[in-house]
This record gives sequence, structure tokens and C-alpha cells, in this order.
Amino acid sequence: MLERFKPQFWNDRIVDSGPFKRLFNFRRVWKLAVLLTSCVAIVPLFVLAVFDFNVTKHSAETQINLRISKLVSNTDRTLTFFLEERRYALDFIVNSHSYRQLSQPQRLAGILDSLKQTMGGFVDLGVIHASGEQVCYVGPYDLQGKNYTGEAWFEEVLERGLYISDVFLGFRAVPHLVIAIKHQQPDGSFYVFRATLDTERFNQVLAQIELVGQGDLFLINHQGVIQTPSAYHGEVLKKLALDVPGYSDQAQVFNMENDRGQSLLIGYSYIKGTPFILMNIARKNELMRPVYKTHLLLVAFIAVSTTLILLVVIGVATRLVNEIFIADQQRVTTLKEVEQSSKLASIGRLAAGVAHEINNPLAIIGEKAGLMKDIMSLEQGHPRQDKLIALVDSILASVERCGAITKRLLGFAKHLEVKIEPVDLAVVIRDVLAFLNREASYRSITVTADLPADLPHFESDRGKLQQIFLNLVNNAFAAMSDGGSLEIRARLEPDKGIVATVKDDGCGIPETDVGRIFEPFFSTKKEKGGTGLGLSITYGLVQEIGGTIQVQSELGRGTLFTVTLPTHRESREHETDARITGR
Amino acid sequence: MKPMHVLLVDDEKEFVSTLAERLALRGVEADWVTSAAEALRKIEATQYDLAVLDVKMPHVSGIELKRMLHTRCPDMQFIFMTGHGSEQDFHAGSSEAGAAYYLVKPVHIEELMRKMSAALDQGQQRP
Repeated sequence: MLERFKPQFWNDRIVDSGPFKRLFNFRRVWKLAVLLTSCVAIVPLFVLAVFDFNVTKHSAETQINLRISKLVSNTDRTLTFFLEERRYALDFIVNSHSYRQLSQPQRLAGILDSLKQTMGGFVDLGVIHASGEQVCYVGPYDLQGKNYTGEAWFEEVLERGLYISDVFLGFRAVPHLVIAIKHQQPDGSFYVFRATLDTERFNQVLAQIELVGQGDLFLINHQGVIQTPSAYHGEVLKKLALDVPGYSDQAQVFNMENDRGQSLLIGYSYIKGTPFILMNIARKNELMRPVYKTHLLLVAFIAVSTTLILLVVIGVATRLVNEIFIADQQRVTTLKEVEQSSKLASIGRLAAGVAHEINNPLAIIGEKAGLMKDIMSLEQGHPRQDKLIALVDSILASVERCGAITKRLLGFAKHLEVKIEPVDLAVVIRDVLAFLNREASYRSITVTADLPADLPHFESDRGKLQQIFLNLVNNAFAAMSDGGSLEIRARLEPDKGIVATVKDDGCGIPETDVGRIFEPFFSTKKEKGGTGLGLSITYGLVQEIGGTIQVQSELGRGTLFTVTLPTHRESREHETDARITGR
Repeated sequence: MKPMHVLLVDDEKEFVSTLAERLALRGVEADWVTSAAEALRKIEATQYDLAVLDVKMPHVSGIELKRMLHTRCPDMQFIFMTGHGSEQDFHAGSSEAGAAYYLVKPVHIEELMRKMSAALDQGQQRP
């Protein structure tokens, strides 16, 4: 499955490219391109996201802290007002009544009823003489005549003029608190007027406050004992599990973790003139939930963006690297072709030099040996004349053989001007086949020539064309067994020119040799006397007339040579030479 | 019948002298020289029916020498020899194409004899 998506360069083996080898490792180039482009595209996205996350989080925390601080501060004011309202009511009573009036139970009971109806929450009232004795009491308890001398709260009210108690469980186990005020009389004497309030109204005030994030708003005293109902942190008059926060004259907010590892946001305020601390405890995670929700969306967006970016980067990198790879393949092919041409030219020059140097002494040997033979043939009488003539014939045969080789070398090396004339390829090929008819019939080789009569005449070198097809047909005959079949076809392809094919059903060429068959001196039939120059010369000739030659071969199945010849001279100027492909 | 009188011109002395000797054995009067200058001097003194010229010689090529000799002796026939290429190449590269016989070294003596006869026959047929 993955194979379908693998680009062409993925399985390309790195050929030796010298010191720049790594530049041609396309898989590495691809990885580098994907990595760098991805980093450039994704890293800023991540950095921005992290930065935004931190800024948003910090901003949200600041806002939440501010909100809690405001809530605590406002509630503090409400509670202070609540308590001061009661205190002012008591002040009004003591200022508007004499000690004697207040000491009358009926009168005091009337005042209590009046307070219950107007303000509510009052449970009892008591008047305590300076000696500490409660001289008058109206309420549910039997406290008439009780002496409070020496009790801490009494001492405090004497000293400070006002006392507000902690919450305690009073009548019918309902939480209560006491407000007591000291009233100085014009004659210098004083008494204490006290009232007990149930905390129900107090609780109502706190319950009306709207809370978020599983917030919990309640009062504790300075010892950490819970004074009003708490949703999550314990019952009234139980000790709060958290430490009592340090004193501050204004509302404060701080973070802490509880024993279960939950992060809590605690706002508190010491309510002035009372033993109460207003506490607002909220779970930070709950408060931050909207922020985290937004961040979750951001993370999802980044994940989708990153996936898209990676897909685009991989797609673009694959396409670009593949195009570079294809261009490089073309470059390598061109280089190979140039190398092939250069090799041919060098070998050609070398061959020409060798042929020139050898041919003259060879001619002398031939003539000397010929003269010897002439003399021996003409002047009879030498005792071993026949033997000597046979030896000289052997020398002459060797000279002949060497001469043939030097002629082929020279033919290979030669670079004469191309002789251009209008040529009919069908005629050229038929001429060539006429040369070889005898061998074909002797070896029972079937030769099929499909040469359309309407092939256009084109300007080319007739001699070179003859040699090209002669070499190809000879080559095919050499590869074929007796009784084989040879097909020669030609057709006009408008974009290419005339395409001629020579196809045999001979022994074929091994895949490893296909790339080398146009190299000089490369022969698969050295044992049969091949020089390895035939196809090399053919290659050079095709090049000279501006055509291309390709070979496809399969071992044991045969070989197909395709010669493409341009029909217009102008188009040849920039033609490349031969191409070699395996099948 | 009057024997052929032939001038052989080749810068390879060993080759040309041996070739002359072989032709002599076949009844041909063959003189040999190794340069164009000697050839020009030679024709001043002797009349030749035919000249066998090496195409590639130092200073003056066989083809140039042929032109010079032809100017002086219009009836003289010519055969070219070379160790550098095929007859086809020679015809393709020379304006003498079709007008002269050609041999590739190493030379077959019998072929040379045939071509000399043919060249002379052709010369005699020309008006």
C-alpha cells in the first residue's frame, strides 16, 4: 500500500558523486526540506499558542482574583452594615429609655417584640448592672439575676464599650451571637445592654451572594471556627481544616492547595470590630474552566493546523524533490551520453594514430613478403620452395588480417564531412538487404521488411545510412540461430521523424551488458572474432547524421534496435546522440 | 607489346622500392621516387604511361602531385594508394572522385596490376 505513495526518488540508490555525494541523497534532501519547512511553519505557531495561553491564563487569574476581592469586600460591607444596624438600634433604645424603664420586664419585653417585628432576628434582651448582675432579662432562657462579673465578654464590653460575640449554639440549638453595649449614664454610672441574635438573617445575607466556581462564602472567627454554614468546608462551630489567614485591614486573595491536592483560591476579609473573618473559598479549576475550555479549542485548532501544514509541506517537498530528482536523472543521462561521445572521440583518435603508425610498416611487410613469394614462384629450383611459399602465404594472410583491423580502426576514427543528399530510406534498407540475401537464405533466416512506399525522402548521408543498417543487420544475424526471424520496419512519426526498427529473435543481450554495447571494443562475441567496434561505429554514424539509436533487449528473447532519423536538417543541430535503455 | 612504364611515388622507400621490384617481375617498367619534387624531375626526363601515387605524403599530397603531373603530362593515367581510409572515403573527400583508381594499403599486387591495365585502357579510349 505504502509503495503506491513512494515517490520515484525514495528507492534511488546513491551513486558515487564524489565530495558532493550528500547533495544527491534525495531522501536526505526531502527529510531536510520537510523538517526545516515544518519547523519554520509550526514552531512559531506553537510559540504563539504557548504565549497566548500564558497571557490569557494570567489575565484570567487576575480577573478572577479581582472579582473575588470585590465580592469579599462588598460582602464585608454588607455584613458590617448588618451588624452596625443592630448595634445602632440598641444604641437608640438605651438613649431613648432610662435604666429604670429598661429594667422593667414588661417594657423590655415590649421593646423585644418591637425589634422582632421591625428588624427580626432578636432572640432576647438583657440589662446588666455595673456590678455584673443581670437585672432584667426577657427571652427564652432563665438568666434573670445571673452575674457576669469576671467573664471575658463582660470585661471586654466594659473596656471597649461594645462586644460582639462569636457564634454559639443557643436556644433550640440554633446558632446565635450576642451584641452588648455599655451605656454611660449622666450621673456617671453605667450599665450594659445586651441582645442575642439568631444568625439566620446573617446567613440569608451570605446566601444571597451569587457565587461561581463552587465557591463557598462563610464566616470564621479568629480561631478558625466556622461561624455560618459552609457548603464544602465543615459545619457551623467546627474548626476549619485550613489555617486562619493572616490579618489584613483590606480584602485579600491568595492561592493554596488543600490536603487533597486541589488548588484553592481564597479571598478573605477581617470584619472590623467583630471577631469574624469573611472567607470565600473557590476551586481554581472550576473558576478557570471557561479559560481551559477556550484553550482546548485552541489546542484542537493547532492540532488541525499542524496536520494540514505537515500534509502540505510533505506534499510540496515530495513534488519539488521529485522534480529535482527527475531533472538530475536527465542530467546524469546527458552526462553519460557526453561521456560516451567523449570516450568514443578519444578512442577514435587513439585508434587513428595506431592505425596510421601500423599501416605503413604493415604495407612494407606485405610488399617484402610478396616479393619473396614472387621471386620463389618465378625462380624455380629452391629445394623447399613449397614450404617457403606456404610460410610467405601465412605472412601475407596475417598482413591481410592486420590490414582489415587497421581499416576498421580508421573507419571508426574517421570524421569526414557528412555528404548530404535526398535519400529514400526504403531504398537504402533494400540495398542493404540485397547484400545479405545470400547469407539469409543459406541460414534459413526469414527477413521481413515493412517499408511503406509513402515514406518521405529526406536529406541525409546515404553511405552512412547504409553502413548503419548493414551493421545492425549483421549484428542481428550474428546473434540469431539458423532459421530465425528478422523484422525491419520503418514508419513516419510526425513529431520525431522516421523511426526504423531492426528486431531479431536472437540470443539477446544480458541486462548488465545492455548499457555497454555502444562502447568501443565491447563485444559479446570476441570468441567468434568480433572486434567490439561494429555497434560503436554505428552509434557514431547515427550521431553524425543527427539521429538517435536505442536498444531494448531481453536475454534469450531477442533484441530491438530503434533508429530515429530527423526528416528536417534544421532540427538536427541540437539533437543529442544515442540513448541506451534496458528491458 | 610495349611494356607499361610506371612511376611509383611514395614517401616509404622500403615499400615503394619493393613494389617496383615486384612490378618489374611482372614485366612492368617501374621507377620509384619518394617525394613530389623527385617525381616532377623524373617526368622531365622520362615519359610514363601511368603514375601510382601515395595520397598522403609530406609537403605535397598525392592529389596535388596528380594535378601537377597531369598539367605536364595530360595523357598520363593515375592510381592512388593510401593507408588512411577506404575508397569510399577517398571519393567522398576528393574532387578526383570517379576520375581515378584507388588502392588501400597493404596493396594486393594482382589488384594493382588489374587497375593499372584498366586505367591504361581507359586512357586509350579517351579521345
